[in-house]
Amino acid sequence: MGAAAIIPPLSSRRRRTDRAARGLLAVGTLLAVIPLVLVLYYLIEKGAGAISWHFFSSDPTGSFLGDPGGIRSALLGTIEMVALVTAVAVPVGTGVALYLVEYGRGSRFAGVVRYFVDVMTGVPSIVFGLFVYITLVIGFGGSGYAGWKGSVALGLLMLPVVIRSSEVVLLLVPDSLREAALALGAPRWRIVARIVLPSALPGLITGSLLAVARAAGETAPLLFTSAVVFGTTFSLNGRMNSLPIQIFNDVGQAQDRLVERAWGSALTLVALVLLLTLIARLFARRSRFS
Amino acid sequence: MAVETPPSSVVVHRGRSVLERPPAARLPDRVLKWTLTGLAGGILAVIGFFFVRLIVEANPALSRFGVFGFAFDGNWDVSRSIYGALPLVAGTLITSAIALLIGVPVALATAVFVTELCPRRLRGPLTIMVELLAAVPSVVYGLWGVFVLVPHLKGAEQWFGRTFDFVPFVGPDVPGPNYFIAGLILAIMIVPIVSAISREVISTVPVEQKEAALALGATRWEMIRTAVLPYSRSGITGAAMLGLGRAIGETIAVTLVIGNAPVIGHTIFSQGYTLAAVIANEFGEAANNELHRAALIAAGLVLFVLTLLVNVAARAFVVRGRRDRQGGVPGPLTASAAAGV
Repeated sequence: MGAAAIIPPLSSRRRRTDRAARGLLAVGTLLAVIPLVLVLYYLIEKGAGAISWHFFSSDPTGSFLGDPGGIRSALLGTIEMVALVTAVAVPVGTGVALYLVEYGRGSRFAGVVRYFVDVMTGVPSIVFGLFVYITLVIGFGGSGYAGWKGSVALGLLMLPVVIRSSEVVLLLVPDSLREAALALGAPRWRIVARIVLPSALPGLITGSLLAVARAAGETAPLLFTSAVVFGTTFSLNGRMNSLPIQIFNDVGQAQDRLVERAWGSALTLVALVLLLTLIARLFARRSRFS
Repeated sequence: MAVETPPSSVVVHRGRSVLERPPAARLPDRVLKWTLTGLAGGILAVIGFFFVRLIVEANPALSRFGVFGFAFDGNWDVSRSIYGALPLVAGTLITSAIALLIGVPVALATAVFVTELCPRRLRGPLTIMVELLAAVPSVVYGLWGVFVLVPHLKGAEQWFGRTFDFVPFVGPDVPGPNYFIAGLILAIMIVPIVSAISREVISTVPVEQKEAALALGATRWEMIRTAVLPYSRSGITGAAMLGLGRAIGETIAVTLVIGNAPVIGHTIFSQGYTLAAVIANEFGEAANNELHRAALIAAGLVLFVLTLLVNVAARAFVVRGRRDRQGGVPGPLTASAAAGV
C-alpha cells in the first residue's frame, strides 16, 4: 500500500489557509525591508548632489543668505567625540564584562550589576543627555557646554551595550581552556590576559564597533551637552559641532539650501555608520566561537 | 576557582606549601579582581546617582504641581508657567501604541519567515537587512519622515480619514506632521529589536515538536501555529515590550514629525507632542527659567520611570520564556540583539 493511501489528501481549505498564511508572512518580511531600501534610495538621490570637495572642506557659515558652507566642523566633531568615548567606554565596558564572567559568576553582586546594566540599556538617550546637563553642564560650578560632556553622555549610552555584548562573547570562550590553564598553574590574570581576551578578541571588536556605530548617530544626548557651533573646534573643552546635531538644526530651519545640506550630511553619517557596521560584521566572521 | 588547600602530603616549606604562589606573585590577581569589581560597582553607583539627581532637579516642578498634578494635568503652557504633562504622556502612549500595532506584526512575520520558511540562502541577507534598519540614525529617519513620508502619505491619510470618518479616533483633518506619521516611523525603528529577539526565541523551539506536528500531517502554517508560536509566546511578548520601551524613549525622529502641539489630539491624524520631544525642543530655551527647566526634567523623570517599568516587565517575560526551556539559567541576549539595537 502506498503512502498516499494511508495519508488522506490535504483538504483544499487547509491548503488555501497554508498558502495564504505563508504569503502573509512573506509580505510582512518584505514590508520590514522596504523602509531600508526607501531610506537609502532617498539619501542617495537627494544627498549625493550636495557632496563635493567644498562640502567636506568648509565649515557651516550660519549666514541667512548665500553659501551655507559645508560640514567640516560637524564631521570632525563627531569623529573626535566618538574617538574619546570609544577610548573610555570600550575598556571600561569590557572590564565590567570580564568581572561578570571571570569573577562574578553566580555571585549575587554580579547578578545585581547585570540587572541594572540591562535596565540602563532601556533608558532613553535623551534622559542621559538630561543627566549630563544636570551634573556636568550646570552642576559643579556650571562651566557650560563642551565636547567632552557630549562624549560622557554618549558613553553612558554605549556602556551597557558594550558590557552586554562583551559578556556574551566572553561566555563563549570554553571553560576547558580556562581549566587547562589553571591546571598548568597559570594565575588568573594571566588566563584573562593570555587566553580569554585573545580568543574572544574578534567578538569583542564586533560588539564594540556596533556600539560605536550606534553612538555616532545619536542626536538627543548631544543636544544640550556639546551644543552646536559653526566653526571647527579641536578642543574638547569647548562647544563642539556634530553631524547629527547639524542635521537636526538644518531640518528645523526649513530652508532649501540648508535642507540640501541636511541630506548630504545624512548621507555622510549613514555611510560612516554603515561602514562601522560592515567592519564589525567582518570581524564577527573571524570569531572562533559562535 | 581559588587555589585549594593542599593535601597534607604536600611538602611544606617556611609555613606554606611549596605549590603555593608567593604573596608577591598573587598581587596582580588581587589588583585585577578588585579593579574589575570596582568598575562594576561604579556602574551601579552611577545609576543610583543618576536617579537621585533627576529627582532633586525635578523637585521645583514636582513640589509646585504635585507628582500627580504634574503627570495628570492637561495644560502645558510655557507662557503662563503651567506645566501639566498629560498631553505629553498621552502623545507618548498614542505614538507608541501605533508603533506596536504596525511594528510587532511585521517584526514577528519577519522572524517566523526567516527562521521557518525562507530558503537557507536568503536567511543571512534578510537578517542583515533587518538589522541594518537599526543602524540608521534616528535623526536620519526624522529627516526622511519630514521630507518624504509626510508629503507622500498625506493624500492616503486624507482619503483614509474621510472614508473611515465614522471609526473612533479617525478624522478627515490631516495636518502634515501627526501622531500616525510618528507612530509609523517608530514602527520602522522598533522592527529590528522585536524581530531579533523573536527570532532568537523562535529558534529555540525544539525540533522534535515541530517535526511531531509535521508528522501528524500539519501543514507548515499549522506547524507554526500549533508548535512554534505557543512555545515562544512569552518571549515574543517580552520582545514586543522591549520595542515599546524603545518607542517610548525615541526622541529626535518623533520631534521632527509629530507637530509639537502640547494638546491631546482627537484623532490619530492630529498633531501632538511626546515627553521626549518636549525635552528636545524646549530645553534650550528653558535654561534660564528654573521652573520650566525643572518641569522638563520632571518630564524626563516620568519618561525614565515609564521606560524602566516597561523594560523590567519585558525582561521578566523574555527570561521566563527562556527559563521554560533552559533549566532556569537566564542567559544574556545574543550579541547582535544586545548591540545592534
